[in-house]
Amino acid sequence: MNLLNVENGRWVVIHSFRGGRGIQRRLAQLGFLPGNQARIIRSAPFHGPLLLEVEGREIVLGRGVAAHIIVEYV
Amino acid sequence: MRFALIGQPNCGKSTLFNQVAGYKAETGNFSGTTVQYKETKVRVLGDIIELVDLPGTYSLLGTNPAERVVLDYLVDRQVDAIINVIDATHLVQGLLLTLELMELGRPMVLAVNMMDDAVRQGISVDGEKLQKLLGIPVLPMIASRGQGVRDTFRQAWQVAEKKSKPIPQPYSDEVEKAVQDIRDHLKKKEFPVSRRAIAIKLLEGDPDITARVRQFDKAIGDRVVSYLDALCHSSTRQAVWMIAGERQKSARALSKKVSSHGEAQLSLRDHLDDFLLHPVLGYVFLVLIMGLFFWLVYGIGSRLEEPLLSFFDGLTAQIVSRFSSGGLLPQLIAGTIQGIAGGIAIVLPYLVPFLVGLGLLEDVGYLTRIAFLTDVLMHKMGLHGKAIVPFILGYGCSVPAIMSTRIMEDKRDRFLSAALVTMVPCAARLSVIFGLVAFYLGPWAALGIYFFNIFIIAIVAKVLTRFMPEDSPGLILEMPVYRMPTLRTVTAKAWFRIREFVVEAWPLLIAGSILLAMLNYFMVTPYLDLLFQPITWLLGLPSQVGTPLIFGIFRKELSMVMLAQALGTTDFGSVLSAQQMLVFTVFVVFYIPCISTIVTIRNELGTKHMWFIIGLSLLVAAIAALMTRGVLIVF
Repeated sequence: MNLLNVENGRWVVIHSFRGGRGIQRRLAQLGFLPGNQARIIRSAPFHGPLLLEVEGREIVLGRGVAAHIIVEYV
Repeated sequence: MRFALIGQPNCGKSTLFNQVAGYKAETGNFSGTTVQYKETKVRVLGDIIELVDLPGTYSLLGTNPAERVVLDYLVDRQVDAIINVIDATHLVQGLLLTLELMELGRPMVLAVNMMDDAVRQGISVDGEKLQKLLGIPVLPMIASRGQGVRDTFRQAWQVAEKKSKPIPQPYSDEVEKAVQDIRDHLKKKEFPVSRRAIAIKLLEGDPDITARVRQFDKAIGDRVVSYLDALCHSSTRQAVWMIAGERQKSARALSKKVSSHGEAQLSLRDHLDDFLLHPVLGYVFLVLIMGLFFWLVYGIGSRLEEPLLSFFDGLTAQIVSRFSSGGLLPQLIAGTIQGIAGGIAIVLPYLVPFLVGLGLLEDVGYLTRIAFLTDVLMHKMGLHGKAIVPFILGYGCSVPAIMSTRIMEDKRDRFLSAALVTMVPCAARLSVIFGLVAFYLGPWAALGIYFFNIFIIAIVAKVLTRFMPEDSPGLILEMPVYRMPTLRTVTAKAWFRIREFVVEAWPLLIAGSILLAMLNYFMVTPYLDLLFQPITWLLGLPSQVGTPLIFGIFRKELSMVMLAQALGTTDFGSVLSAQQMLVFTVFVVFYIPCISTIVTIRNELGTKHMWFIIGLSLLVAAIAALMTRGVLIVF
């Protein structure tokens, strides 16, 4: 499943990525690497972006980006 | 000697730069505030050092233009010491960049900043241990209060003097073997950084460096490819992962060894987001905060504008009355006073509170929250939430706003937001909106102009995105923690921007005012007005406003100040109807960006896009002003 299917607050492990290399690099810089854990802290209403916690940092991802991240529940 | 300041966004690097440079860089609790590098000279241990503040970067991968600036700078320029600033509360992420920087083989010191925040969060960092593990000087720092700054520069000077190169942390055997082999086959002295760093960049598949190395050495490219095949049996993508993953493992191990987490002292600000990012309350607070912000700007500005204007008007009348004969001289004096009055009475009363307020919101970390809340709205315009950054900065000045479009990865996004951001009323146009509309027609009319402006921008965005469909991945942004802004940084930042007006715009304003007085005296302005005749006729404005509109292209404030000169009075209520004021203001808000903005657009996006934006703004201005006129005639 991708990040959009995850319940808010539950921890997930990042499995892999879809999409171009540019985004992958960008995400890697922010701590989205396979094996790392993440959780959705909150999401903005009206299908807005997600606020995630990953590697001790808070990162905002648009839904388009979040859909590219394949995760599993811990 | 040259030192380079490098760190991730929000690590306090620009704050450090300002501590030593006397506030020349703009700082913000906001990633991407520094998009170009800034240089200053500082004195360290009797030596004059050139200090470079490079944009905040998460890694040296160079995925967006701001990061490219850092990578290119380090690869091409001679740097005697690197001062790497990391945030003590995000040690692992910070060390990732540190490890990457150590590969470059340049003398380096590590400043662990925000030690006060770390203590608050219950994190303790053992600097001495980290120093032993990394083999480079490690210094604790609280840049916002100036603590540890002097020591950091002294240490940097010492490592630069000794030319002590850091020893990079090794990778796993197979990666290490590939790196070393490629390094050994690279010719010496092509770049001022270590060959090891170049070898790693090649393995990571950096397009620029690969292309450059291939130019003089074709064989090396094949060698890299064969290693990539051996390492991951398929594509370069995985090599990037592999190297990033290994670096992360090292960073995590290091962090584990040197830091310990105790009880965090949670306070109000840790729960602040529960309110400010709440799905309902968040927007209520957004409207309240922005409303309060503009109300304060208006309240302070208008209270100052009125007495100041009447003072200058009285002064002009008094002086002119002394010259019973008339002639050029009293005209010139009146022109000079009007120019000075324009700055003191019309621009500064609004500009100062606006910039202080904007700086406050930025330093607290609220601007990024706005991006989170408004991403959906921006999506409707075919952009993503990151584009809110140039938009908000645009309310201050279009120039930094257009520069900040660099934080976007996609060319299309950059062009679109630059085109739209020129239509956002900057502080100079704010003086027209407030000085004319709010002053004569009340604050609600001014607020109406702002909403109408957003409405028009949204329509323009819709039309433009029709021709340029969206293909960018969307918002990726780090949310900074709330920070208590210090009076020093906020006022310094405001002063930095105000000085720009005082030094660059104001003299132009006064000179323009005098020039216009002369043009008036020799009765040349009617010919200038002819240029704008089609537009002023179409919009039902007095033809004299043509000259202020031409001057407005130089500086937006001029269209307001020149209006006084052209109409012969600062009491606009007596010569312009309410409808004319609104139509004029709407036109001024949209038409042709000022010269400095035009130059910035050309530098950032090229000449073709510059002309496109100029043409577009003129077209939009005419249509929007005509719409205003039409609506006002009907009702």
